[in-house]
Amino acid sequence: MDLYEHQGKELFAKAGIPVAAGRVAFTVAEARAAAEALGGRVVVKSQVLTGGRGKAGGVKVVSGPDEAAAAAEAILGLDINGHITRRLWIEEAVAIDREYYASVTFDRAAKMPLMMLTTMGGMDVEAVARDHPDRLARLHVDPALGFRGFHAVQLMSAAGIPVDERKAVGAMLAQIYGVFVAEDAMLVEVNPLVILDDGTLLAADSKMTIDDNALFRHADSSAMRDVAAADPQEQAAHEADLAYVKLDGDVGILGNGAGLVMSTVDVVAQAGGRPANFLDVGGGASAEKIATALGIVLSDEKVKSVLFNIFGGITRCDEVAKGLLGALETTAVRAPIVVRLDGTNDVEGRELLERAARPEITVEKTMLEAAATAVRLAREAR
Amino acid sequence: MAVIATKDTRLVVQGITGREGTFHALRNRDYGTNVVAGVTPGRAGQNVEGIPVFDSVADAVAKAGANTSLVIVPPRFAAEAILEAADAGIEQIICITEGIPAHDMLEVYHYVRPRGIRLLGPNCPGALSPGIANIGIIPAQVFKPGPIGLVSRSGTLTYQIGGELAAKGLGNSTIIGIGGDPVIGTSFIDALDLFQADDDTEFIVMVGEIGGSDEEAAAAVIAERITKPVVAYIAGFEAPVGKTMGHAGAIISGTAGTAAAKKEALEARGVPVGTNPTEAARIVAELVAGR
Repeated sequence: MDLYEHQGKELFAKAGIPVAAGRVAFTVAEARAAAEALGGRVVVKSQVLTGGRGKAGGVKVVSGPDEAAAAAEAILGLDINGHITRRLWIEEAVAIDREYYASVTFDRAAKMPLMMLTTMGGMDVEAVARDHPDRLARLHVDPALGFRGFHAVQLMSAAGIPVDERKAVGAMLAQIYGVFVAEDAMLVEVNPLVILDDGTLLAADSKMTIDDNALFRHADSSAMRDVAAADPQEQAAHEADLAYVKLDGDVGILGNGAGLVMSTVDVVAQAGGRPANFLDVGGGASAEKIATALGIVLSDEKVKSVLFNIFGGITRCDEVAKGLLGALETTAVRAPIVVRLDGTNDVEGRELLERAARPEITVEKTMLEAAATAVRLAREAR
Repeated sequence: MAVIATKDTRLVVQGITGREGTFHALRNRDYGTNVVAGVTPGRAGQNVEGIPVFDSVADAVAKAGANTSLVIVPPRFAAEAILEAADAGIEQIICITEGIPAHDMLEVYHYVRPRGIRLLGPNCPGALSPGIANIGIIPAQVFKPGPIGLVSRSGTLTYQIGGELAAKGLGNSTIIGIGGDPVIGTSFIDALDLFQADDDTEFIVMVGEIGGSDEEAAAAVIAERITKPVVAYIAGFEAPVGKTMGHAGAIISGTAGTAAAKKEALEARGVPVGTNPTEAARIVAELVAGR
């Protein structure tokens, strides 16, 4: 789960990382009130889960409440890389002297946290890595050892941090690593990490991704999920504990197992169709879960046909068939469903479907045949 | 000989008294796997259709001679269960559980790896050597014995391709599900090395998906030291950037981890990549026929 800048800063503040005072605003009036309360010059910042806010006009420094209201007016509703601005972060403007960059990422290949530090802050770190690789200090931290003082020295030395700044920068690096571990983060990025005119440090931006699998032990960050911004199907799937990704086509796709569903999406595209979604019902899915999943796929109005691709392992095909037939009993299904069942208890599952003889259901033998049929049915319904 | 699931396997099932634990322990035993014990804390002295249940893995090792563990416990307890098995002297740990926090798995990985303990998974379907032994949740009826080693990040996609191979009369030495999480114990490279050293394996099929760079790393190793023919399939060409596609590890971050990049890396090393599971199976069948 990605966090908004202000949410990340909330976690930063909790960990003792210095951030500017600020307030969240959802309306122009709230933005004005926030600027009044903060006093002086403030920065009005779009809160969207994407980069490039500055270039898109999503960040404005203003001198007081009137200008803050005008800036809020301009930024609320602003589309930044397809993300509509629905909330703002209003914070005290600070006098920046220099901009650095610091981050910890979860390096899957090395299976260790990777810390990065550069004095070339405020820019895209991928550009720094590409154009000035010698300026980007990188260091893997053995998770059993944790982030130590010598790690900080190595990083700061490699990045060329002036000796007189190292105590403060080193302390912040340790805090950033601490947040990464304490919050079960996959990414913590501070860009820019600013040195103010008076020499003190501040995290001027925050980018954080929390491991979804660890949210059960983080009530704080779990509560930060922006339900309003989520796609309605994605939100419904989240509540039902189903993996769903919206894809914009008209062939609804559900199946068991992420790999098989990804492959099904690919095969539908190869068959000339447009996949509407990815939905993994997961392992050991119960009849109710299958029914819920089908309901979610069909609640997307664009969906013209549904491809139900099941290969049973931990999920038993007779459960899938029961779930499907149960869903047809309780819901009016408005689109044809192509079903393919194979694997554990597949014979029982297919028998159940055949005995029910529902007109909405077409049973196909192979994945490619099922994809072709689903694509054809969607085309016919257009 | 086969790998991981062999006739020498003496299996303990951690979480055997749970619904899924019981179901799959009995399925594995019915298949011929030597299931010697189960573990559920507080249930020592009970048995699951004749399989003795112990309080701890240490007891299962001491009293039943377990050497391999199958972990089917809820995600909050799974990392601890793996560490318990490792600490008890288990040589191979197969973890089915999905949803273990990635930071927990870092700790687990760095504990088991230097000790030479094989960890398969988590978030994997296990390992099946057709006709010999099945450890985990792979539906064995789909597969038959044969010369093809199959390694995959996805469970059901493995069954799909195994089914396609079986339909062409082809079988497998061992099917290894390595799992869909960001941190897994056995990588593609580990599995390729196992198959390279296995006398029963003549061909290798690897099934990858978006996210991470294990397929790219495997491509380099194939060129360097794998002499057996390898065919690949990659899932997720239509996956959008930045979205987790079901598996916690299946996510394209920026420009890294795309299916296209993996396909390119493999093809650059001479590994044919099927555009769908059916085509991948067809390429394998042609290779086997032309041997």
